[in-house]
Amino acid sequence: MLEAAMIKKLRDYTLDLDFTVQPGEIMVLMGTNGSGKSTTLNILSGLLEPDTATITLNGECLCNTKNDIDIPVEDRRIGYVLQNSAVFPHMTVHDNVAFGLRARHVDCSVISEQVTLWMDRMHIADLANVKAGNLSGGQKQRVALARALAIEPNLLMMDEPFTALDAESTQAVKDLTCRVVKKMQIPCIIVTHRLTDCTEIGTRACVISQGKKDWEGTPDKMPEIMPVCRCT
Amino acid sequence: MTPGRFLQKKYRLKLTYLAAGILITGVTLYLALPILALFIRISPEMFYATVQDPAVINALWLSLYTTVITLAIVILVGTPFAYYHCRYSYPGKVIVDTLIDLPLVLPPAVAGVALLVLYGRVGLLGQYFNMFGIQLAFTTLAVIMAQIFVASPFYLRQAKSLFEQLDPAYEQTARTLGASSLRTMTLVTLPMTAGGLISGAVMTFGRALGEFGATIMFAGNLPGVTQTMPLAVYVGMQGNINVGLTISILLVIISFAIMIAVRLVQKKEAGHA
Repeated sequence: MLEAAMIKKLRDYTLDLDFTVQPGEIMVLMGTNGSGKSTTLNILSGLLEPDTATITLNGECLCNTKNDIDIPVEDRRIGYVLQNSAVFPHMTVHDNVAFGLRARHVDCSVISEQVTLWMDRMHIADLANVKAGNLSGGQKQRVALARALAIEPNLLMMDEPFTALDAESTQAVKDLTCRVVKKMQIPCIIVTHRLTDCTEIGTRACVISQGKKDWEGTPDKMPEIMPVCRCT
Repeated sequence: MTPGRFLQKKYRLKLTYLAAGILITGVTLYLALPILALFIRISPEMFYATVQDPAVINALWLSLYTTVITLAIVILVGTPFAYYHCRYSYPGKVIVDTLIDLPLVLPPAVAGVALLVLYGRVGLLGQYFNMFGIQLAFTTLAVIMAQIFVASPFYLRQAKSLFEQLDPAYEQTARTLGASSLRTMTLVTLPMTAGGLISGAVMTFGRALGEFGATIMFAGNLPGVTQTMPLAVYVGMQGNINVGLTISILLVIISFAIMIAVRLVQKKEAGHA
């Protein structure tokens, strides 16, 4: 379970959020451009330092500014798929998926086993030796997802993962994400602009505006007056 | 279209082609003829004989090894410098940016005088070095220092621009996957910018190899110690013209090789994109 409370002074407003995400739950974070969605993920992952925060994941404290605890980004074990998937174009699909495991000095035989498993699950096994720079948007997103999940993260975060995908690839990535999150029983946060994404995969939605929570609940109960709902 | 207008259009097109042809031929000849003249002026036999002259060999080796050391220092110091310069904001960053570009527009002789005023025997810093018996000016080290001062901006500008253009999402992803800063740098940042960095390094090598003004001012013109190839050309043209011509031809060949190397790297990069 993820429990987070954070405050960060930004240029135009102060981000002030607190939320909880249960294992196996997909919380969809919605909001207009610049409302603080990506900043929230960056603080959770450790890429951005908060002014004040308490972040606990499965009982382990990742950040507590009061007690001066701040686990470095590389040790947080969070699978984070950033915008545009950011697969390493100079590496093969296999090396992309193996990257996190090699960085963690996992045994070679385990790496090989894990990489094969995740490439199979994401239906990219036949692309193993292809340079990632030559893949389509949908394939890149699957590689990014496989790479993030191969490290067996305690939390999965995806920042606008469907933006550059066509309808077919979007559906495929959505299905895979839902299945994996349920199977692994890890909390998941997905940032998106589109209401359809929210209703299709979200078990809970959180709408933020100017760094503050505007509304939280199940996607089907999201009031239509929410400005973000009209951005589909 | 009336026949008159058709003819007018036809002649206008021919005139455009003619003007373009004259312009392209003129510019090409202007650039190529002096180079060609160098090769015509000396016979192959004379070239082979002069290449074995100790003055030529000394200048060639001195140039090559000082340039290789210059390049190594520029890459080893310049790469992390350019990286940190791009990734972090600090007071006076704009001034540092200007200073990086300054040697590109500064006359090399002025760069040499500046180095001499600072590091010379009675220079601002040089006098203190001199107290410990360390002399920088008019040594081989001065050749390297002059080359670094004049040629490093070619690499620094290129590296800076590459790191600025690289989407931070790649490095951030590597970090969240568990990679340390060093691993991220060596496995993600450098491979993704390698083509451009190599181009910058090759241009730096070429500029350092051809350095004349700053070297003669700060390092002098001592055969075997500070007399690099461009300086040996200058000396040769005042005495044995064949030495001057031979070294000039060698420099032209090396410069051509450098340009071809840059083109190949750029072509390879375009192929990957």
